[in-house]
Amino acid sequence: MRNVLTLAQKEARAYYASPMAYVVGAVFLALAGHFLVSGLSAPVPEASLREMLTPLAFAIILWGPIATMRLLAEEQKMGTLELLMTTPIKEWEIVLGKFLALIAMFLGIVIPTFIYVGLIAWYGNPDTGPLFTGYLGLLLYGGAAASLGLFTSSLSSNQIIAGATSAVALLFLTLADQAADVVAGAPSVLLRSLSLPGHYNGFVAGVIDISDVSYFVTFIAFFLLLTTLSLETRRWR
Amino acid sequence: MTLQDVMIETSGLTRFFGPRKAIEGLSFSVTRGETVALLGTNGSGKTTTMRILCGYLPPTAGAAKVAGFDVTSHSLDVRKVVGYLPEDVPLYTDLTVEDSLRFFGRLRKMRGNDLERRIDEVIEQVGLGAYRDVLILKLSKGYRQRTGLAIAILHDPEVLILDEPTVSIDPVQVAEVRDLIRSLTGQHTVLLSTHQLSEAAELCDRAVVLKDGGVVADGPIADITAIDPTRRRITIRIEGDDAVAAESLARVASVSSVETAAPMDNGPSALTVVGSGEHLQNDVIVALVRAGIVIASVVEERPSLEAAFLDLARAPEAGQFA
Repeated sequence: MRNVLTLAQKEARAYYASPMAYVVGAVFLALAGHFLVSGLSAPVPEASLREMLTPLAFAIILWGPIATMRLLAEEQKMGTLELLMTTPIKEWEIVLGKFLALIAMFLGIVIPTFIYVGLIAWYGNPDTGPLFTGYLGLLLYGGAAASLGLFTSSLSSNQIIAGATSAVALLFLTLADQAADVVAGAPSVLLRSLSLPGHYNGFVAGVIDISDVSYFVTFIAFFLLLTTLSLETRRWR
Repeated sequence: MTLQDVMIETSGLTRFFGPRKAIEGLSFSVTRGETVALLGTNGSGKTTTMRILCGYLPPTAGAAKVAGFDVTSHSLDVRKVVGYLPEDVPLYTDLTVEDSLRFFGRLRKMRGNDLERRIDEVIEQVGLGAYRDVLILKLSKGYRQRTGLAIAILHDPEVLILDEPTVSIDPVQVAEVRDLIRSLTGQHTVLLSTHQLSEAAELCDRAVVLKDGGVVADGPIADITAIDPTRRRITIRIEGDDAVAAESLARVASVSSVETAAPMDNGPSALTVVGSGEHLQNDVIVALVRAGIVIASVVEERPSLEAAFLDLARAPEAGQFA
């Protein structure tokens, strides 16, 4: 586990040393502010962050690929993966270390939005339950995007290809709900069950459904496992 | 030689990348404290062999052991005892020299004061004292090479595997890196790959020569340079008819071949004579004098490592040395 933390610490430090971290953070915060103001400008405003958290999931389509695309693709391109994998570190430790760093990066852009929680609490009387579950859902959504992006980053030594693949996959999983509305039968059920927002919206509404939690946990574990396998099979390619 | 003395041992080592063969049937060993060069032209399989030996790539067939650990079944143990400097020294350019060493030290389970003391030692050893807080991005290639070496020796490994440690750096830095490597020999078992043959002769006790993924020679470098002690090569500059000279030399029993080169700027013609025998030079001079040819100069080339290596690289079949 120490290797995981060592790697996570190094990655998080590298991320926060780059200007990209602050640009992405600023854009995310600006979008969150915009969604909040739009929600509060409604004829009958609610003292909740629902109007902000629901569309904020779409901002993760932007954050996920940007944060993840370099993590393994660049290591492959620069050859540092060879140096890393000739130390006594296991593939799953590399994957978990990078994933934890991504979670730290995600928290780094989500935590500043707590200022909006403060504002809502100052001017209104928000229900804390949905606030808590909403942020939990957002964290799971971010984790899902991180694991998917990490996997696509392991497939290519080209950051752009890795980022674009991850963005397309995230876009598909985000819009799967809408696609489910225009088809019928089994494809519709399948699309709905794959949809990220479909499993996220319950959290924003203040409901923790075990099937939604299972979806996100399984999604994250599946892509982390695939990334580990991708690194292992890389030795044979 | 006991089993414990054999630090690197390969047996029938083979690796394919899809249908492409990188190495096939490679067998050699390196004993404790030896410094051995892995020689070969580009594409001969040096890097693949080293990557297998440091636990990065598994072999397709055959076996390899490092410090007694099988590289496939005990890859983690192999990685603990090996210090590896990859070709082109890939490093995290966003870290400083000191932070890089700290990061790799932690991955090698080094902690606290022991780690900090060891970082100070290796920085001193590789001469990076003035650069310890400098980002690797800002270092020259030579200093990056030193950083790579510092990472490789940080955990005081039993076996050091260095893949082309002086490639792409300037001559001054080459000399400095060679001095560094020389200072490490004896304390560690060192396997280094190079296609600079003078480097192998300068740093190593022994060479394993690879060609097309197989071993074509394995032995002390002195034996490889003297691959054919009877084979001699003499360059003669003459004034006179070079066709007559070549014809008279071809009749000398100890001469195996004669090549003529056109004279430059109406100067003397040059003949290159290859042959064998203690009296070759004498026989050649006598034959030319008898043919009425005036000799301007006679130069005999000593067999060089380069010449021996080229012979091996061109040889149709593999052979084994001592």
